[in-house]
Amino acid sequence: MKSFKLGAAAFSIAFAGQAALAETEITFWHAMGGQLGETVNEVAAGFNASQDEYKITPVFKGSYEETLTAGIAAFRAGEQPNIIQVFDAGAATVIGAQGATIPVQDLLADNGIDFDINDYIAGVRYFYADADGKMIGMPFNSSTPIMYYNVQALEKAGVTPPATWEEFANVTAPALKEAGYIPLSQSHLPWIFTENFFSRHNLQFASSNNGYDSNDTQIMINNPAIKAHFSALVDWKEQGLFEWYGTGWGDNAKPFEDGNVAMWLGSSGSFGGLLAKDLGFDFSATMLPYWEGVTTEPTQTFIGGAALFAMSGKSAEENKAAAEFFSYLTSSDTQYFWHQATGYVPITEAAYEAAKADGHYEKFPAAEVGIQQLSLPAGEFTRGYRMGFYVQIRDVMNREYGRILTGETDVESGFATIEAESNKLLERFAKTQG
Amino acid sequence: MKRAGFTSVWLPVALLLPQLSIIAIFFYWPAGWAVQSSFYLQDPFGFGSTFVGFENYTDLTANSEYMRIAWFTVVFTVLVTFFSLSIALLLAVKADKVIRGAKSYRTLLMWVYAVAPPVAGFMGIMLFHQHTGPMTDFFKALGWDYKILVDYNSTATAFIIVSVWKQIPVNFIFFLSGLQSIPRAVREAAMIDNRSGVRRFWDITFPLLAPTGFFLLIINITYALFDTFGIIDTLVKGEPGNNPMTLVYKVYMDGFRGNDLGGSSAQSVILMVLVLVLTVFQFRLIERRIHYS
Repeated sequence: MKSFKLGAAAFSIAFAGQAALAETEITFWHAMGGQLGETVNEVAAGFNASQDEYKITPVFKGSYEETLTAGIAAFRAGEQPNIIQVFDAGAATVIGAQGATIPVQDLLADNGIDFDINDYIAGVRYFYADADGKMIGMPFNSSTPIMYYNVQALEKAGVTPPATWEEFANVTAPALKEAGYIPLSQSHLPWIFTENFFSRHNLQFASSNNGYDSNDTQIMINNPAIKAHFSALVDWKEQGLFEWYGTGWGDNAKPFEDGNVAMWLGSSGSFGGLLAKDLGFDFSATMLPYWEGVTTEPTQTFIGGAALFAMSGKSAEENKAAAEFFSYLTSSDTQYFWHQATGYVPITEAAYEAAKADGHYEKFPAAEVGIQQLSLPAGEFTRGYRMGFYVQIRDVMNREYGRILTGETDVESGFATIEAESNKLLERFAKTQG
Repeated sequence: MKRAGFTSVWLPVALLLPQLSIIAIFFYWPAGWAVQSSFYLQDPFGFGSTFVGFENYTDLTANSEYMRIAWFTVVFTVLVTFFSLSIALLLAVKADKVIRGAKSYRTLLMWVYAVAPPVAGFMGIMLFHQHTGPMTDFFKALGWDYKILVDYNSTATAFIIVSVWKQIPVNFIFFLSGLQSIPRAVREAAMIDNRSGVRRFWDITFPLLAPTGFFLLIINITYALFDTFGIIDTLVKGEPGNNPMTLVYKVYMDGFRGNDLGGSSAQSVILMVLVLVLTVFQFRLIERRIHYS
């Protein structure tokens, strides 16, 4: 009993001691598991060590979808975190709910932190912005799909990485097949072969300026260029030039890591993970190929990954702490560290310059491919897309693409189904905003 | 005969109150919310919402994919129920005859019961793995180009096998105790009447097991409809793509992943009605026709 009282006294003293420092504590919910989660913790620890007024606590909440759902439930219960990480497909949901978050641009301005959207690299600038170009979410882990290749496999086949799909079909893939490899796999059909297919060729993806200008949006997926691409995929799969291992990301990456598949389309953010694995071969990367038949001036791709949003309903001190954390996060040192450790692209020009000056890309040329691709010339439709219930739209795409690739349906009816179901979902989403 | 009873109304009410309040808080209240939100399309954060009447329901019936999922759920439920009941019955009948080492034998058969559905799912992932799964090798040896997560039927087969495997022990325990409660005299009389074991089983044992069997039938139908969620989620790794799924998994996909509260509420109301029908069916039809001794 005595020791219990002593313990309680010690506890209350310790508690009072902590309170005496008047440290403002904020929470940050994220979806970065494993190695990436460790890196997030390092960034947070760095911020906590850099000053003694604020303390941020990162909490891993599961997948992107689980994190967003947890954030929504918490918001409705008045228990929301200060900062939440929301992925690209959830952007319309969180940005649509005006009042759930404080636009990051306002948050920084209100707390006296300089903000110039032009400090950010072109590809990431406007994806998480509203119709007027005001930045709502702070791009955090930004990636873009690129093509990784097995250097030895390409040498053995006597080919170079293809720049266009025509080159892939006529030269690269047949040679790789001859050399005993499965030439190609990819890990995310909606992201790599749909969203970024549209941006790479500067095609309109949805009405109302890809959905940015209004909720009354229709998807424009039933486009002959992308249908031709999927018809080509079906042919390539039959000829043994392409393989599809299901919807799972890892199931398609594994055969590349095992050395069976020669080229793999993944995320620029996969770089850190591939480097950490001891692959039995050298790997490098190149930009996402394009169809010369569709365009001779390929444009930049969209960013994938996620952004950080400051949730509303918090005290001024906590908002100030969140703003300071964003400021720390976008400093070129933090960005360069994050870029090096994970492979996600640095989001500011300054951080990119720092990485160049440090010779990072001489050591790892593949690490620069993502940012180069995001810095390609922009087009009218390369800023991004904003569609509600997009998680379900991606589910519909995955389902129909799977059916197309397993011969259960044909390209024409698959795309007609995606178009009809997506437009129905968009119509329903518009009503949730009413 | 004098009926024992309470003298006042308040005592039984007070005794029932804890139970009733738990039911009210954890069942009626959320169920009421689900019914209400099934008539709205609302912003997940709770800002905007539009009253849409029965639109959430008509959208579902108009969606061919939802109908396809409903059909899969029916087929899945029938197959899982049939195989888990019949295999468990076979095992129970055989275990009932074992005399030496009966206890350890029975314990081994019940063991699987302790495996949680997601763990069963993980075992399924390993057994049916595209490249390294022994079941994949087995099916390939039979000439089936088995590819889980790529091919619809391959994934469906894995769902069914893992779900059946997981449910057999429960059924086994009930069937075994049911068999052991059949009076010895009845069995011995049957033995004199008929030498054929198969005939004795169908004429005597099976009808006497019927009450247990029908109880298990309902338990197994609800298991296949609802409790297989963990197995399905683990096997498809949260990304069903072109793979089959059950109605309850669709509720999760639309509600928890997609934040479509109205649509997923309508789906859960449909499932509630389904359970209600099952319950009425159980009490009204089955309980009347089965003779409990």
